Amino acid sequence: MQLARVIGTVVATVKNDSLEGRKLLVVQSLNARLHPQGTPLVALDAIGAGIGELVFWCRGKEASFPFKREDTPTDCTTIAIVDSEAHVHHEQDVRDEGRRQ
Amino acid sequence: MILARVLGNVVATQKNERYDGARVMLCQPITPAGEETGATLLALDSVDAGAGDVVLIVQEGWGASTAATGVAGAAIDSAIVGVVDRIDLLPDEVAR
Repeated sequence: MQLARVIGTVVATVKNDSLEGRKLLVVQSLNARLHPQGTPLVALDAIGAGIGELVFWCRGKEASFPFKREDTPTDCTTIAIVDSEAHVHHEQDVRDEGRRQ
Repeated sequence: MILARVLGNVVATQKNERYDGARVMLCQPITPAGEETGATLLALDSVDAGAGDVVLIVQEGWGASTAATGVAGAAIDSAIVGVVDRIDLLPDEVAR
């Protein structure tokens, strides 16, 4: 699973039947500092995420588990929306916070 | 899923029986902005994609083999599952 930003959406009319009605999101994975890392991927949406939101996604066969898992071809699914950037706690920030107090 | 452009296809007469009737497509991964990225790969077609199409490729064996052959469990790790009509990006991502 990785943190990512939803940076776009994909429209595909011709697609596998089990993807009918599903939302396809372009997600850019982020590192612990929320900076982009790697090439953007296309994720199937399982949580109602939208463009601009901070999410995390799951890869592999497990990505199909939120749907009809035997049928749904996906290797990347958004499974959660992070409340905000401030809700990504980094140990270094926590340490710095301690020093300030 | 990754975005890719279909470059063509590959014909193999002698092949694993689960590939019978399948079209093996030669694909180049691209970024959402359309630039080539990473190594070219082969993927089975399940949506009648053709050369020049921008497509979605699933790289997970179970889903890929089900999408491409109708039955799960085969020596297949990539399948084309959609033909992309349009990609909408945040304005600053388009500029990048």
